[in-house]
Amino acid sequence: MGKIEDVDVINGEGFQLSNLEKVVASARANSMWPLPFATSCCGIEYMATMGSNYDLARFGMERMSFSPRQADLLIVAGTISKKLGPILKQVYEQMSEPKWVLAVGACASSGGIFDTYSVLQGIDRIIPVDVYVPGCPPRPEQIIDGIMKIHELVKHESLRRRDSEEYKAMLHSYNIEIDAK
Amino acid sequence: MQSKLSNTAVSDALKAKFGEAILSSETPYDFLTVEVEPTKMHAVITWLKQEESLDISFLTNIGGVHYPDQAEREFAIVYHLQSMINNFRIRLKAYVPLQNPEIDSIVDLYAGANWMERETFDFYGILFKGHPNLIRILNEDSMDYHPMRKEYHLEDATREDKDDRFFGR
Repeated sequence: MGKIEDVDVINGEGFQLSNLEKVVASARANSMWPLPFATSCCGIEYMATMGSNYDLARFGMERMSFSPRQADLLIVAGTISKKLGPILKQVYEQMSEPKWVLAVGACASSGGIFDTYSVLQGIDRIIPVDVYVPGCPPRPEQIIDGIMKIHELVKHESLRRRDSEEYKAMLHSYNIEIDAK
Repeated sequence: MQSKLSNTAVSDALKAKFGEAILSSETPYDFLTVEVEPTKMHAVITWLKQEESLDISFLTNIGGVHYPDQAEREFAIVYHLQSMINNFRIRLKAYVPLQNPEIDSIVDLYAGANWMERETFDFYGILFKGHPNLIRILNEDSMDYHPMRKEYHLEDATREDKDDRFFGR
């Protein structure tokens, strides 16, 4: 049995001791399935990030999940109009826990230059966001940096966080209902 | 390529055919622009399409303009038509009042007018009589105003995240 990145392990004869929570978190972080929700120029930068030059596959993100039901990470790249808002929220609700959200670019983070009646002024108006990547549009390096920040969150997240009262209250504040287990 | 039709010939033909219904015509940037009585717009577009010597049978666009200071002529409805055969373009305008912004739909002439008229309705609230499905096309269905009318602030008034205080104003 080999070493697990960032996790302390004790290898012995036919056994391995470690902290299960950290092993699970490390496994999650290194095999995330992202769902790209790309609407505009940030989406093009995201495609470059996915492509061979920047190669997101290096970080265990080989497979894009175009079904929210199998996705761990929602990457929102681009302007979200108010009309698109409910659809984005539905996509988020269809993802199963644990799930993370990366807002790529000024529009997804704050509405960006589209300071107008038809554009949602940041996706955090309708769904919780874990990491914001600034830029208009951000370069692939910045998007990768955002993903590294997501990895840090995933690696240090308690397995029980999603059951906590704080988490439920946070989802409740977005009017998102939590299914009973 | 030279057009086979001239602005003056088309303008004169329209005036001969429709007389009083042609309110004015001009040629800004050599583009024939004719103002038509709104009630006669459907007839004019029908004739331009059917008249074989003109064959102006392609609808490029329908749009609206809001002129809040023009009493009784607040809304312009602008039609851009083209003759592919004769390489000729024409712009038709009709002005309708704010109180009663109505004009006949031309969906029966051009199926492509369907979405263009819905868009004009969506943004200006202009009603196209006879349209088969005059509902919003681009904005949210729940929106209760017509946003391109020059009556509103550009910014969402309910918002607090971009207050002046954040920008030292």
